Amino acid sequence: MSGSKPLKMANADEEKLCLDSEPPKNFEHGPETKPPKTKPKREAKVKIALVSCGTEYGGVQHAFEQAADKVNAEFIYPEIDVAVLDTIGKDFGIEAASGDLRLMMARAQAVVRGETIADGVFITTCFRCAEAAIVRNEVRRYIHKYSNVPVISYSFTEQTDAATLYTRFEALTTIAKRRHLLAREVQHGITAGIDSGSTTTKAVIMKDNRIIGYGWVPSNEVIESAEKALTLALEMSGIDRSEIQALGTTGYGRYLVGQHYNADLVQEEITTNSKGAVYLAKIQKGPATVIDIGGMDNKAISVEDGIPGMFTMGGICAGASGRFFETVAKRLNVDITELGDLAMKGHQKNVPMNSYCIVFGTQSLVNSLAGGALPKDVAAAACRSVVEQIYQQQLQEVDVKEPVILVGGSSLIKGVPRELSDLLNVKVIVPENSHLIGAVGAALLVSGFVEE
Amino acid sequence: MVKVFIYPTNSFILADLVTRSGHEPLVIMNQVREKVTSLSVDSPPLNITSEDTNLGLKYAAIEVPAGVRGRMALMGPMIEEAEAGIIVEDAPADFGCSGCNRTNELFKYLARTHVDRSLILEIRYPSNEEQMHDFVYTILDFLKTLPTETKSEKGSGKK
Repeated sequence: MSGSKPLKMANADEEKLCLDSEPPKNFEHGPETKPPKTKPKREAKVKIALVSCGTEYGGVQHAFEQAADKVNAEFIYPEIDVAVLDTIGKDFGIEAASGDLRLMMARAQAVVRGETIADGVFITTCFRCAEAAIVRNEVRRYIHKYSNVPVISYSFTEQTDAATLYTRFEALTTIAKRRHLLAREVQHGITAGIDSGSTTTKAVIMKDNRIIGYGWVPSNEVIESAEKALTLALEMSGIDRSEIQALGTTGYGRYLVGQHYNADLVQEEITTNSKGAVYLAKIQKGPATVIDIGGMDNKAISVEDGIPGMFTMGGICAGASGRFFETVAKRLNVDITELGDLAMKGHQKNVPMNSYCIVFGTQSLVNSLAGGALPKDVAAAACRSVVEQIYQQQLQEVDVKEPVILVGGSSLIKGVPRELSDLLNVKVIVPENSHLIGAVGAALLVSGFVEE
Repeated sequence: MVKVFIYPTNSFILADLVTRSGHEPLVIMNQVREKVTSLSVDSPPLNITSEDTNLGLKYAAIEVPAGVRGRMALMGPMIEEAEAGIIVEDAPADFGCSGCNRTNELFKYLARTHVDRSLILEIRYPSNEEQMHDFVYTILDFLKTLPTETKSEKGSGKK
């Protein structure tokens, strides 16, 4: 920890805005929430309908329950008439042989018809099961099409743990229960946002709906990196830290950083990044698809009026993330900031590359260079390979609606938006400061806490 | 009395017919009961943990989904114990259902290879009342033909 004095944004005794707590007492402009006069009551649990092929048999039920409990949610199991299982296949349209997959369809139908009241739906099936993958995808589409209930889907292995699911559940419960938080489109006052990411830490200072300072540093020790980024942002903005009226944190290190700065808002990155992306792209109304290629994982988020609908998060391996670009740049002996320009001069078709796994991707890279491939073609192929992984692994689970907004540090590598645009055959928008979306989203959302 | 596996593995009707005929039905409910009445319940409601999915590797490879291996951790030992069996095909969900068809396929395959095929009755679920009577009588007749001593009882007699 640096020797600098931590920010003091709120009364130390006040609760932060986490999903399982009441808003802090200085939350005066949060749309309908007023500071409680009596001891705050614990909010009602968010009801998530668990629509699965039998998580209780997969050795993961405990992890699911743990993750749900951490975000103050509980699973509910939509009730159905067992006889429906014999007819639902034809009724829904997929004559699945597995009883539990037919149960998934029946439960989804119960949610859509309002026979079960759920705040959100979590659809999950075994990883590597083709029949389940077909049903999972179609059930997700069905719920999304015929109801307003937010839905996420996930394929689990027995290794799935609560930490893996936590951010997803946090986003699901935020969308389900805190839509008012996401409705904010204009930033007020002087606010700060810190995005403590896996590879880089970003901080922004915003004033009256403008970014007036930012800092972007590699993530090392979490608090130290946050402090460096914030100091840079403050220096650039010419603002003293005592002038900051509210501070929000996001990213992997959000809790630690939030605790250090006594942040007013500690929010997962699905919602902050969605808000940051549509805000920076100036597309706060209507549909959009946000693709965030991060240092360690990727997010694909289908957004409507700035509010996430469906989203996927992850990536099988670092081969499909910003890490791979670092590896490629190092091997090509260019700075990461030059990789994009190099890629723009090359043609991906000249080099076969598959970065499904970072090890295999690196092998392709080395073999191509050994075979006489030009560095510019290798750089272009690396960009293509990463966007192909995103297309194969994530965009299959999210309906791509135009405009497509590409954000995250990797969006600054020029070859990436070009290859994505080519692959999806759509125009890809990379907004200014696209690498700062998380911090901007946090600074925007937290401005709801600023006293006018 | 012999140990008889049934398919669907949770069919109360089949289990009842086996019991009435003086044999021991091997049913998934017993396996679940063992799990949920054990000292530590780590993963309610069925208490199947990642340890069980590893136990399932005895019956299915690592690339087989976790849900199949978790189910096989319960159902596999039933096959190992079984001396005879009844497989009912095309049964409706309320007759019994293990939920996962991949598990069903594996269960039936392992049962057919482990148990003497002449001691397995394979029968289609009835679609009308007349067939229903035949269905029940066929099962009861089959159960009457089964040995009255288990393998272990025979073994101990010889000794």
